[in-house]
Amino acid sequence: MNAMDISIAAARAVVIFGLVLSLIPVLIWMERKGAAYIQDRRGPNRAHILGFRLGGLVHMLADALKLLTKEEVTAAGVMKPLVFLAPALAFFAATATVAAVPFSGPISVAGQTLTLEVANMKAGLVYVLAISSLGAYALLLAGVTSQTSYSFLGAMRAASQFISYELALGMAALALFLVAGSLSLTDIAADQGAVLWRWNAFRQPLAFLIFMAALFAEASRLPFDLPEGDSEIVGYHVEYSSMRFAMFFMAEYAHIIVGSAVVAALFFGGWNIPFADQGLIAANAERIAAVAWPIAAVVLMLAGASIAQRFKKRFGDLRDYEPVMIGLPMMIAGVTLAILYAPLGDVILSTRWLPAAVTFVLGFTAVLAKTLLIASVFVWVRWTLPRFRYDQVMAFGWKILLPAGMLNLVVTAAIMLYLG
Amino acid sequence: MGQEFLAVIILLIIAALTAVGIVAASALIGRRVSPEERNIPYECGLDPASRPFGRFPIKFFLVGVLFLIFDVEVVFLIPWAAAFRGSASLGNGAVLAVELVVFVSLLALALVFAWARGALEWER
Repeated sequence: MNAMDISIAAARAVVIFGLVLSLIPVLIWMERKGAAYIQDRRGPNRAHILGFRLGGLVHMLADALKLLTKEEVTAAGVMKPLVFLAPALAFFAATATVAAVPFSGPISVAGQTLTLEVANMKAGLVYVLAISSLGAYALLLAGVTSQTSYSFLGAMRAASQFISYELALGMAALALFLVAGSLSLTDIAADQGAVLWRWNAFRQPLAFLIFMAALFAEASRLPFDLPEGDSEIVGYHVEYSSMRFAMFFMAEYAHIIVGSAVVAALFFGGWNIPFADQGLIAANAERIAAVAWPIAAVVLMLAGASIAQRFKKRFGDLRDYEPVMIGLPMMIAGVTLAILYAPLGDVILSTRWLPAAVTFVLGFTAVLAKTLLIASVFVWVRWTLPRFRYDQVMAFGWKILLPAGMLNLVVTAAIMLYLG
Repeated sequence: MGQEFLAVIILLIIAALTAVGIVAASALIGRRVSPEERNIPYECGLDPASRPFGRFPIKFFLVGVLFLIFDVEVVFLIPWAAAFRGSASLGNGAVLAVELVVFVSLLALALVFAWARGALEWER
């Protein structure tokens, strides 16, 4: 192992971790905007940096800064190191899970096969279950160390729900292992291939439903959000304030993102695009790029123009100029692309690395699109379904999901035996 | 292979450092004006009336025990699933399938027992 190996390993880890970290504010923004539009409001749209509002995305930065500068209240007589450890552990468990998730298909560059993932772990599914279940310790630590019986009981409820749904999660994952013959998420995604009805969401519909339901409960999202119950229920984090409190919610959003990426790899073929497998894309890379280039130029020009024409004096400050500041550069970029097509087109379209680049971009886009679509289901469900009662949550986990998981496993084994 | 796991270890270190870093940054940056009264644990503004580690419903303990049993079941089934694929292609998958049915139905029986004894019931 030389310095090159170490720097490649470090680059993989940093890129993937940075991706998850940067998707957290995006998901919070999606949630706030989604909530707003479902409730017929506009959502966050005021905060700005030098006039740039970015559709309200800047609010997430403002929130983070506000929470960081808030006073931290630490109750008297608590076990201080553990109070600090609990939110850090929650965040760690949610983000470290991503190590087993592939974000692109295998790309061959200069005789080497590369994949955008931290590691192709043979026991990827076991790793995902193991690391994400560390979150239970965070909940218990937070509740037990807070020195009040309310947070103690809240932690008991949260941990009971967490471990109950973990069983269903494991059962559903086991059926996938049976179908794909591998515990590695990369292999499971590759096994599904580019044929739509070979995706596990269609081959294993029951496992998919169980996995999604369990994931909602694990991330403590509505309709299973009894552990936190934003405003109504006293939960395990009642003694937490400031950023230490927000860490639990960052962990929740990280959990949703990583969970969605896991679902994309397990049930929706990961980087595979329906009916266009990687070989086909690589063989036709030149044609795809030749079509995509002018389309990109035209779309940039039109989108830039439609943004720029929304210029209107409304706020009386820098925010008024945002449409122009964003729209004009987009138009210029579109025009530049169109002009460059004539002299540079042939040179770039005939380069050796074009097939690898096109497959990578399409595969990565597919993973990201699937992940964000699944994550938006979490937002949609949150503003659609009411909350379960606690006895209903436990009954659903133990009396429906767990037996359904066992049944699914036996039926899957029987079908595999029948088909040979 | 070594390089692959190096990347995982680096990711674990980065995640841990970030988590600790954010908590520490919050503790350092946040302002501190804490009057005595604010440090009392939350009980709706009154002086705390309950003890932090009081008794708790036995249900939570039962759920923990049942979780252990069925989680170990999942763990035991992983090597079974690994063996099943191999032997199914050799033609003697039926033996392993019967083993699965026996194992799972034993645990299903345990679940039914716990269910019948009311271990899964919660008061409304």
